[in-house]
Amino acid sequence: MTNSIEEIASADFILAAGTNTFDAHPIIGIKIKKAVANGAILAVADPRLTDSAKLAKYHLQLKSGTDIALFNGLANVIIAEGIYNKEFVEERTEDFEAFKETVAKYTPDYVSKITGVPADTIREVARGYATSKNSSILYTMGITQHTCGTHNVFSTTNLSMLCGHIGKESSGVNPLRGQNNVQGACDMGALPNVFSGYQGVTVEANCEKFAKAWHVDTVPNKPGLTVGEMVEQCGKKIKAMYILGENPVLSDPDANQVMHELKSLDFLVVQDIFLTETAQLADVVLPAGSFAEKDGTFSNTERRVQLVRKAIEPIGNSKPDWEIICLVSTAMGYPMSYASPENIMTEIALLTPAYGGISFARLDVCSLQWPCPTADHKGTRFLHAKTFSRGKGKFNAVEHIPPNEMPDAEYPMVLSTGRRRYHYHTGSMTQRTGALDVFYPTEYLEINCADAEKLGICDGDKVRVTSRRGNVEVAAQISERVTPGLVFTSFQYPAVPINKVTNAARDPISKIPEYKVCAVKVEKVG
Amino acid sequence: MANVTLTIDGIQITAPKGATVLEAAEQAGIFIPTFCHDPELSKPGACRICVVEVPGAPRLLASCVTEATEGMVVFSASPAVIESRKTNLELLLANHPTDCMTCNKSGDCRLQDYAYFYGVKQDAFEGEKHNYPIEGDNPFIERDMNKCILCGKCIRMCQEVQGNNVIDFAYRGFNAIVTPAIGVPYSDTEVSNCVFCGNCVSACPTGALSEKAMIGKGRRWDIKKVTTTCPYCGVGCQFDLNVKDGKVIGVTSMNGDVNGRALCVKGRFGYGFIHHPDRLTTPLIKKDGKLVEATWDEAISLVAEKLGATKKTYGPDAIGMLSSARVTNEENYLMQKLARAVIGTNNIDHCARL
Ligand code: SF4
Ligand code: SF4
Ligand code: SF4
Repeated sequence: MTNSIEEIASADFILAAGTNTFDAHPIIGIKIKKAVANGAILAVADPRLTDSAKLAKYHLQLKSGTDIALFNGLANVIIAEGIYNKEFVEERTEDFEAFKETVAKYTPDYVSKITGVPADTIREVARGYATSKNSSILYTMGITQHTCGTHNVFSTTNLSMLCGHIGKESSGVNPLRGQNNVQGACDMGALPNVFSGYQGVTVEANCEKFAKAWHVDTVPNKPGLTVGEMVEQCGKKIKAMYILGENPVLSDPDANQVMHELKSLDFLVVQDIFLTETAQLADVVLPAGSFAEKDGTFSNTERRVQLVRKAIEPIGNSKPDWEIICLVSTAMGYPMSYASPENIMTEIALLTPAYGGISFARLDVCSLQWPCPTADHKGTRFLHAKTFSRGKGKFNAVEHIPPNEMPDAEYPMVLSTGRRRYHYHTGSMTQRTGALDVFYPTEYLEINCADAEKLGICDGDKVRVTSRRGNVEVAAQISERVTPGLVFTSFQYPAVPINKVTNAARDPISKIPEYKVCAVKVEKVG
Repeated sequence: MANVTLTIDGIQITAPKGATVLEAAEQAGIFIPTFCHDPELSKPGACRICVVEVPGAPRLLASCVTEATEGMVVFSASPAVIESRKTNLELLLANHPTDCMTCNKSGDCRLQDYAYFYGVKQDAFEGEKHNYPIEGDNPFIERDMNKCILCGKCIRMCQEVQGNNVIDFAYRGFNAIVTPAIGVPYSDTEVSNCVFCGNCVSACPTGALSEKAMIGKGRRWDIKKVTTTCPYCGVGCQFDLNVKDGKVIGVTSMNGDVNGRALCVKGRFGYGFIHHPDRLTTPLIKKDGKLVEATWDEAISLVAEKLGATKKTYGPDAIGMLSSARVTNEENYLMQKLARAVIGTNNIDHCARL
């Protein structure tokens, strides 16, 4: 996030795109409600009538996968009416002309045809966004989980730069992270192309620095494979995998395929707290500790580093993940011995400029938002205040491209997937709480009453959802949340492994799969 | 900012202009009891347990809504004040169940604390008692309206912090009660609009609202609280894990940097997985297609041997490593260090893309 969570409450205009905030990030939902109570205008772009959409002044109920068209349309109105921030565009950005040219054809009427959002609504939202003092864009997976996800993100940034709504209090572009420590995993360099702190592996000086600090001769300097590529290459280029705390068999698209790929490995080791669907395929399973059994830090979606404190001893013979990694490393001939996670953080701070001033001793007093380069630095609430990290902000003109798989005669409906308020990710934790699973024990498929009637489906009927890749059975729930032609469910229930159905087509840049759109047919079972 | 100087119980206090008498007293460490007051919420000034005496005022004033003014003289514990507080407590206790022995909030209840402090016993007024059924048809929150003192904090918490407007006062006098619309239970979420965030529970000063799963699991004074960060979404709420005899028995609010006292249903009620019987408690090694128990030595040696052999035969890039958005920064850091420094590959990623 370029802003802090607290700042959302004082925004004047909030454009929430593809984020069912009240369910997926309830505490951010609270801030949005607070902003609205203080008079802020809320516009929600979502194909579903979510709770946040109900609260919104404008619900832009766009067709799945048409976000770029919508954002370009907003920019079109803002430029045509001359209400963009000329000073900001002039001084802080580049490539405006190319952008202007691209969005020229995205007139409200044209965009309305693609998205299904009325032209007047597009105009009103554009004006509101441009002319409010502090406008904030929030987005989540609804934006990124498309084959054009990276372009979707560009289109949101373009809009914010156009209006100068970035780099100040309560104004910015704020992706909301789904899992607790996605930010931290990225910050720490659990990515194929960067060391911790986004220091590129192809930069000679970085490799030298890390090799020296780690007392090895060299470190590899060519970017590695992403998760999707690794899985695809199983049994081919990839012979062995070490998977920690992830359950790709349920969370990855096209789950049948993933299971098949993982089975073709020579060796698979999985480290987790439960025997997940993925762990069942492993040659070795290492029992890890939950957050309650270890010390450490998480970095939240607003770059805030906070302490995790050990509350109980390890369960049975399990060990915290950091201890296990040290054991594996040591057994492989590279001794790793840290007395505690605090010592690991000391090493991180030494090698990672943005974390340079972070230590457990400071975090024990209060949390810190990176960049926090030195021990006396207070941390950073919002990014890009004076300059962008790459100097001038670049307009990346992007065109609307339809989703990879569109409905057709055989698979006439669009399936979108997401999260539920009472559950989390693949459900391996929330399904075992004795509370959340009691209240919300089964998954269902949201379907519009018009479609249900056409297909002879009643509320609670068992239906089969089939795509070109596979099928699952699930109970139907007739709901006004989805429009005709759209069905929705979550990927959080092992009993409804919806990723047997979803499309593994990925964004060519971010490699994020297209979870939000795939073509399916729905039929009543029995 | 301009200041005002006032005297409370003979102590001179300088407080910012606009501060209430209660705030000025708190600033000076002078104790004034409160039920309906909460610094985060609006101030109804309704319960009147916080009354103080200001000479010249026609009656005792509720300190939570009385502005401190220049030269003001206040008595926070004069005989008239104590008398009024005692009567207030006697009236509350008159229709409160005699249940402290088994009440889960015992030890963390303002009514109990103040009754003890002022030496108020339960039998001063023989009042009619409520006999409401206890609402416990959901797995999260138990509501015992017999113990409700109508302070309204849960109502304001739900309205002003959570923004869900689930509950409000209904009826008057002895029949007054806090309830969702048309008297439905919380669990009728279509009507009540409740999302089981439990934020109302965190505001309740008595045993009227409780975390259901914590009932019977430990007395408040036996519980150790450990502040930590939520393992679920990327908001990063902080809360206290409540630990008794080495087991996590609940989650309660503290004042988190991001969330204050607010939490969502997952953070507050989603801790049960920690001690779930399905937790892996020993390393497993696959033998003849079946995962069987193994020692750490066996498992780690096998992993090191296999990864080492793969590296030797096919090169380091034949190994793929998936770290996790669920584990700590330190663990992610070590995982990429293992990949890069030890194995020698950049094939390291995590499932953030999902
Ligand atoms: S649990 Fe949350 S939503 Fe439900 S009544 Fe309490 S505060 Fe309101
Ligand atoms: S339930 Fe608790 S917080 Fe709500 S009014 Fe009663 S005593 Fe106050
Ligand atoms: S309590 Fe809820 S909103 Fe807060 S971090 Fe946990 S899951 Fe997210």
